[in-house]
Amino acid sequence: MTTHPDKHGRFGKFGGMYVPETLMPAMHELDHVYQKVKRDKQFQQEFQSCLKNFVGRPTPLYFAERLTKTLGGAKIYLKREDLCHTGAHKINNAVGQALLTRRMKKKRVIAETGAGQHGVAVATVAAMFGLEAEIYMGTEDMERQALNVFRMRLLGSKVTGVNAGSRTLKDAISEAMRDWTTNVGTTHYLLGSVLGAHPYPMMIRDFQSVIGKEARKQIVAQAGRLPHCLVACVGGGSNSMGLFYPFVNDKKVKMVGVEAGGHGIKSGKHAARFSGGKPGVLHGTMTYLLQDQDGQVNLTHSVSAGLDYPAVGPEHSFYHDTGRIQYTSITDKEALAAFDLLSQVEGIIPALESAHAVAEVVKIAPTMKKNEILLMNLSGRGDKDVQQIANMRGIPL
Amino acid sequence: MNNRIQQTFDNLQSKGEKALIPYIMAGDPSLAVTESLVLTLAEGGADLIELGVPFSDPIADGPVIQQAAERALQSGTTLKKILSTVRSLRTKTSVPIIFMTYYNSMLAMGLEKFCAEAVAAGVDGLIVPDLPPEESDELYDTTMAAGGPIVIFLLAPTSTPERRKTVSRRTHGFIYYVSITGITGAQLTDLTLVKKNVQAIQKQSKKPVAVGFGISTPKQAHNVAQFADGVIVGSALVRTIAEQHQDPTMLAKIKTLTKKLKTALK
Repeated sequence: MTTHPDKHGRFGKFGGMYVPETLMPAMHELDHVYQKVKRDKQFQQEFQSCLKNFVGRPTPLYFAERLTKTLGGAKIYLKREDLCHTGAHKINNAVGQALLTRRMKKKRVIAETGAGQHGVAVATVAAMFGLEAEIYMGTEDMERQALNVFRMRLLGSKVTGVNAGSRTLKDAISEAMRDWTTNVGTTHYLLGSVLGAHPYPMMIRDFQSVIGKEARKQIVAQAGRLPHCLVACVGGGSNSMGLFYPFVNDKKVKMVGVEAGGHGIKSGKHAARFSGGKPGVLHGTMTYLLQDQDGQVNLTHSVSAGLDYPAVGPEHSFYHDTGRIQYTSITDKEALAAFDLLSQVEGIIPALESAHAVAEVVKIAPTMKKNEILLMNLSGRGDKDVQQIANMRGIPL
Repeated sequence: MNNRIQQTFDNLQSKGEKALIPYIMAGDPSLAVTESLVLTLAEGGADLIELGVPFSDPIADGPVIQQAAERALQSGTTLKKILSTVRSLRTKTSVPIIFMTYYNSMLAMGLEKFCAEAVAAGVDGLIVPDLPPEESDELYDTTMAAGGPIVIFLLAPTSTPERRKTVSRRTHGFIYYVSITGITGAQLTDLTLVKKNVQAIQKQSKKPVAVGFGISTPKQAHNVAQFADGVIVGSALVRTIAEQHQDPTMLAKIKTLTKKLKTALK
């Protein structure tokens, strides 16, 4: 398999750099600086040291014995990204880009956030590296993730509500891009997923691939072999790409990406790009996109703010079309049931995003043999979702 | 490609005049009003007209044009209907019409189909804010095969000398110089820097340079016209249309404003 992306930032026909002229020099600079630090031992050592001492890596690979017994099929292993500092995999990328920001001698970072996990990760590294940070968040997401909004502010970041469009992640990204266009000389846009213009999808994948590299070593040490199947949820797609990428050339390892099915594909209220989308250009990249026949971007729905986005990382689109990764979707209802199940059977409260992956495991583990291995990325913990779930169930806290 | 845009700049140049290029959002508040507005702008002295194609996620636009796009989409505006409006306008005016459209709107229709229909309707040029020259091969080849419209590329204060060369070579009709590092509707503060950059571009290219973003008053238009070949006024007009579209004298007011802007370019 060839290495992707190519020098134009293309994964097959997907990817690219669809940004206004004002940003093009900054995209080229970022690409140039990133290519340099990729080969720079000192940078890589700094990155590894931050991952170890600040993030708390390596995260465990945990054999979920009771879940395995309950489902009665494949052996289930959970990659515990929920145990990262700040509670999700997002911090891996935030640390990498904060180091890069310092290299570029920029003093300010901006970011978008959906569920708030990336925003918290950015606010955290901004505090740690002494950077000024402004986080854009849709006002709908601010309501459902009020706790994370408060956390970001506690960490010293400015949180700016975005009232346009669907008032969710997509509008937060548009607003962050407008800020970047205005302040590009002093500011780095610390994008949170494998989205956007080149080099972001590649760079963020590389920073997140620590997940898959660790998981690969750990499963070989614990089970003596590679897993039969990998499962991860796909919003923009950074936790899944981080897990999958180091296994892409292991042809026998099956990979399943789980999108948000919302109220069901037929309802039209979902964020399953591979079930209802077609290729288009949004936020700097060519990728599968939920859009109407005139190319207007559709409003999406998911119980999980982190999966509620109409486009998907371009590398996912590439692997979708080549067939290397299979994509499926899980409804809100299924995700909520899986949320309860993992909490009660394993003592792990998953993030609602990760609960979509758990729900897929619930479906496929029983269809696999008992000696087969299913490895799932538990991308984040569910503390941030507790309030929302209590509200949905009419329980006052 | 010789087309109306180039001819217009040539004619103006021979008379020693500068081009006034107003921008309005197609379909805000309705395409019927857009049609009247285009005619009014042309009567008021607009040399070329930019029609915004509304998009749900306009990353290069400030709040004024974002809201105009939302209103246009709510009124049911689509690219297809805008093309019909242009077809209808072509029986009444020959003023050059340029679409300012995000790339996805054209992709959704299909580039070949879009270019063929745009040529048939009488669209002269395209400005695509999220399509830098690096990504433009497909559109460029399609427009060449269809015999139009021409593609106009942008330069910004952040553009390097190498990019100036690339863009100047690739653009047709004119070079769109974005006066500020920012989005549409922001304030233009440093005129000296705009002048310096425009003159640097003019040194590298013989193509006309039109300046847009942040120009809202006849005075600003006058100042920019001292060194640029054309002036683009967008958010200021869009704001006036939004505030006064229910006023029966709106068209008359827009005509007066257009006349003032055109006079200021002299």
